[in-house]
Amino acid sequence: MSDAHILEVRDLRKSFPVSTGAFTHSSGRGVAVDSVSFSLERGETLGIVGESGCGKTTLARMLLRLIEPDSGEMRFRGQDWLGAHGGELRALRRRIQMVFQDPIASLNARMRVGTIVGEPLAIHEPQLSRAERRARVAAMLEAVGLGGDALGRYPHEFSGGQRQRIGIARALILRPELVVADEPVSALDVSVGAQILELLDRLRRELSLTLILISHSLPVVAQLATRVAVMQAGRFVEFGPAEQVLQAPQNAYTQALIAAVPEIPA
Amino acid sequence: MAMRLEVRGLTVELPTRSGWIRPVNDVSLTLGEGETLGIVGESGSGKTMLALALMGLEPPGARRKGEAWLQRATANGNGAGAGSSKREDMLAAGPSEMRAVRGREIAMVFQEPMTALNPVLRVGAQVEEAIRVHEPSLNVSEIHRRTLDALTRAAVPEPERRARQYPHQLSGGLRQRAMIAMALAAGPGVLIADEPTTALDVTVQKQILELLAALRRELRLSLLFITHDFGVVSQIADRVAVMYAGRVVEEGPAAEVLRHPRHPYTEGLLRAAPRLVRERLASIPGAVPALDALPTGCAFAPRCSRHVAECDVAVPELIHASGASENHRTRCILAR
Repeated sequence: MSDAHILEVRDLRKSFPVSTGAFTHSSGRGVAVDSVSFSLERGETLGIVGESGCGKTTLARMLLRLIEPDSGEMRFRGQDWLGAHGGELRALRRRIQMVFQDPIASLNARMRVGTIVGEPLAIHEPQLSRAERRARVAAMLEAVGLGGDALGRYPHEFSGGQRQRIGIARALILRPELVVADEPVSALDVSVGAQILELLDRLRRELSLTLILISHSLPVVAQLATRVAVMQAGRFVEFGPAEQVLQAPQNAYTQALIAAVPEIPA
Repeated sequence: MAMRLEVRGLTVELPTRSGWIRPVNDVSLTLGEGETLGIVGESGSGKTMLALALMGLEPPGARRKGEAWLQRATANGNGAGAGSSKREDMLAAGPSEMRAVRGREIAMVFQEPMTALNPVLRVGAQVEEAIRVHEPSLNVSEIHRRTLDALTRAAVPEPERRARQYPHQLSGGLRQRAMIAMALAAGPGVLIADEPTTALDVTVQKQILELLAALRRELRLSLLFITHDFGVVSQIADRVAVMYAGRVVEEGPAAEVLRHPRHPYTEGLLRAAPRLVRERLASIPGAVPALDALPTGCAFAPRCSRHVAECDVAVPELIHASGASENHRTRCILAR
């Protein structure tokens, strides 16, 4: 595996027990993610698109090692990411971060924004003084477009778009190299969603991040992705450069998905 | 085209600690027979409250003002008010009159059918109930026959089997079809659909939009379609009304509004909506103002790139946009 790749994934697979009713025993296993392989180059944005139940969120969670795959391989910067444990796992973990769909559910309502965004620092960089940590948090909040007064306020005082900015600030405070954003704009209004997509793309450039953008929406993915993977029933059914997948799809499912998007007349 | 619904100056007020706010502010609209009017807005625009107020389902403590004239589609209502005028003001109707109108003359489907359907009742029983409420004299077999008709009309495959199932046994798309069957079971002339496809996958959304378009043709149904998605509007609506901070800020023929918007907010929304091609993202800066802190003038002025001093003087009137179709109106002084 080459060093040019920030992440290499090979034959990732995950199945779950399937039950057919409330009182019946499981009747087999459903495959959520099946034979997924890809490699990511530094600085690129990979869009993963698919409908509900296609396995995209399960895949995202495995990439973060929030759940463990049944089989497969994952290498991050040449290191064995799937096999990492202990101190090695901790060291790698901070370099891969996630932005969640629902900023309300993913933020602790009883913590002030300064604490929420600073918490990863307190864990991973405990040597920082309180003043240093505060300065890093303030700079990060500034970078995501929130004012310094955000520090002492609670999540409920912010709009949905601002909460997503807080979620992004928390994900980026450790200066990760890879960010996985799972449906980052699907809970937001159109005008606000556009702001968040714009912000993610700007931060990717400024902080030289590699981005995996997961969405049910082809138009959303089309805005940022350099490459697009279309997922159906746990597999990548089409994978290639964004223009190719979106303008000249080869797979029948991709074609159906594109045909179903209600287009606004130009 | 016969007018089915005519709303004049509808205002909904809600009490808050800082006084009364107006989630719906002086909204007037018309809906013709067999016509689809798209109501577009972001969260907080008042589009859902507008629908709830028309149905008489506004939250407790709310005040409604204005008029909402509904043309009865049925020749002879069996409920209260039978034999009275065929046109009635829903805002002046009492609770029992509204119960006779709701479902029978005007019905509503919601975004998430799972929360609107009763989870412990079979799908068929819920459709039957919608029929029995308005025609209590029907016998069991007739109600059953009409239930299967309603499910068939909503293109529910294997209606007999589906009628015996519970909502959780149906997929999201099928549940929405069951909701539509239930809403149309008593034969209303007007259907309000509040984001009916937002929770669905895009391929399922397409099927539901096609179903609604077919029903509209077959039943001469008038559809008030509420959505945040201009793409959906372009597929289904004849006319569109764009709402911002409780008011209609632009209305007109859907094709024209989408191609040549005359309010800066509509224009901004259209440019912020992602399309299949990669383009420079154009977002609208700032956020929707709080309803208890609206500016004196145009509510969009603080976010508007073409803002001039006059915008802050007073709330602009809904005026005919110069050079546009006769029925294309906008609440922007720059369109004079």
